[in-house]
Amino acid sequence: MAREIIEKKLADLPVVPNMVDYERTRAGFTWETAGTELEGLPVGRGLNIAHEAVDRHSHCPRRDHLALRWLGKQGEVRDFSYGDLVDLSSRFANVLKGLGVGKGDRIFTLCSRAPELYISALGTLKNLGVFCPLFSAFGPEPIQERLSIGEGRVLVTTEALYKRRKIEELRKSLPRLEHVLLIGTKGPSLPGTFSYHTLMAEASGHFEIPPTDPEDMALLHFTSGTTGRPKGAIHVHQAVIAHYVTGKYALDFHPEDIFWCTSDPGWVTGTSYGIIAPLTHGITSIVDEGEFDAERWYRILQNEKVTVWYTAPTAVRMMMKVGKDTARKFDYRNLRFIASVGEPLNPEAVFWGLEAFGLPIHDNWWQTETGGIMIANYPAMSIKPGSMGKPLPGIQAAIVHRYKDGTVEVIEEPDTQGDLALRPWWPSIFRGYLRDEKRYRDCFAGGWYITGDLARRDPEGYFWFIGRADDVIKSAGHLIGPFEVESALMEHPAVAEAGVIGKPDPVIGEMVKAYVSLKRGYGPSESLKMEILGFARTRLGPAVAPKEIEFRDSVPKTRSGKIMRRLLKARELGLPEGDISTLEGEE
Amino acid sequence: MRTREELREVVLRVLGRIAPEADLKALGPAESLREELDIDSVDFLNFMIGLNAELGVEIPEADARKLSSLEDCISYLLSNAESR
Repeated sequence: MAREIIEKKLADLPVVPNMVDYERTRAGFTWETAGTELEGLPVGRGLNIAHEAVDRHSHCPRRDHLALRWLGKQGEVRDFSYGDLVDLSSRFANVLKGLGVGKGDRIFTLCSRAPELYISALGTLKNLGVFCPLFSAFGPEPIQERLSIGEGRVLVTTEALYKRRKIEELRKSLPRLEHVLLIGTKGPSLPGTFSYHTLMAEASGHFEIPPTDPEDMALLHFTSGTTGRPKGAIHVHQAVIAHYVTGKYALDFHPEDIFWCTSDPGWVTGTSYGIIAPLTHGITSIVDEGEFDAERWYRILQNEKVTVWYTAPTAVRMMMKVGKDTARKFDYRNLRFIASVGEPLNPEAVFWGLEAFGLPIHDNWWQTETGGIMIANYPAMSIKPGSMGKPLPGIQAAIVHRYKDGTVEVIEEPDTQGDLALRPWWPSIFRGYLRDEKRYRDCFAGGWYITGDLARRDPEGYFWFIGRADDVIKSAGHLIGPFEVESALMEHPAVAEAGVIGKPDPVIGEMVKAYVSLKRGYGPSESLKMEILGFARTRLGPAVAPKEIEFRDSVPKTRSGKIMRRLLKARELGLPEGDISTLEGEE
Repeated sequence: MRTREELREVVLRVLGRIAPEADLKALGPAESLREELDIDSVDFLNFMIGLNAELGVEIPEADARKLSSLEDCISYLLSNAESR
């Protein structure tokens, strides 16, 4: 529960927020009106994300404004004005066109937060392709699965990752993957690949965006369920209305802001807010290629004069471990607003923000499927630490109970646990899981989108996260499907069965832990454990592979053969095990 | 007091438990551990915990940046083990 409320007074805020009165803004809001704040393609040719993000700034003084400042791992700096992004994204659109790649084709990226990633995203959208970023810490199996489901036609990656992730091998099973563009390579490319830079140098910097239906597919983001393959959530061009509006109200963008979203575009936050939202507002975005390092981050906040910062609870908790003395060595006079997303932000972390930066941290909530921030703490609204805040203008959220017959009851009684549900429609709601109509339909009941998160709403309308309704693991803010991990483990010759859970962890929320039973003829040993761990890391990559493996004589399953992950978790936590009447094969 | 060579062995042993698939013999002394061994932030925390368990050296979180390569680790451990 909240320790105390952090009251907000308008007079104390350095800049008047875009939303001064939550209830009034909400009451007067419609998506239709909000959409008119964007420009649209000239002469009624539709709505395209890349036009709103870059092209529309090309015929006004914003052309010369700094759009993107890229900070390399070794201290390099590269600046891109809006005019530069217009030119470079047009070049990339022409590169795609030249390869015969067009509307609806899926362009995947697999790389660090390099400038080319951002340019590829915008150029893809201009050419009406579908942008699908993959996290660079994925191993060959997650990469193969996603490229296969997404029917990737083009992959933009680096030579190092091409080799390390064994892409050349994977291509044999990916007949639709025609073109691989390698960034950073000088000299002749590897067989079957192009040099990104050579193609870009040869391409024209002029590109006219073709007519774009607001419902044309634009982004494909993969997420995980408890069972089955990863799900590719489809987003369309008019999602940009939600990116813009949430940038305005939840992140409070103002024209001279310098914004830093620390998320990687391989996850939805890094695309919606690391690429699109700030550009639609014509503001400056900082992109840091480096990995988390508390001092490096504090120095960036100070030196780049960051005004709005969007980060994640895991990062905040890691900073807390380093201690506030380190944080206090730096100067944050420009910093005005801090927001966080990915998992609930514990009250201690909200208050730690006050001590370290002089500002509270504002938690907000959304998912891959929602495309943009849905529930948030706002600059001019008091914070109840530990709460995710209140729904955005234009978003109706409720706590519901879903019955087995498919009906839904809205729970009006405050402080009652239930499914967190959202009422469609809003522009960035996902339009489907690619080639998986059933799982898409299962997300909706009684006219509501059922988020899969459990929550409660207090009497003042603040929402509080309770947990996941399924067995999906939330590690460092990222969803990991246990089935994907179990499947990879089962491929090891010694593994008979595997059950994978999220083990609670004070820093990253949950850590992937695998329980493994061995086939006859194999005995548990430390060296076998290491072998299986290495095997999983090679296939899945560090972002998905288990961090801990424990041997068991058997993995508990129901009579129908489902792995009882909840039981494994209850045992891990030393909790009562609940109803085990359907349990088969007790240890 | 451990020698450079002994410390090197300890560092590699701890790394081997975190990334058992890695070819540690091929690891250059100045190469980035994170990049070469595919080590993420969580792995890195476990690496620091592992060093602490093996050597009894307290490594504050803020010093993580001083352990970015094999050579950096050995130098850091040499100077900090001595001052203990």
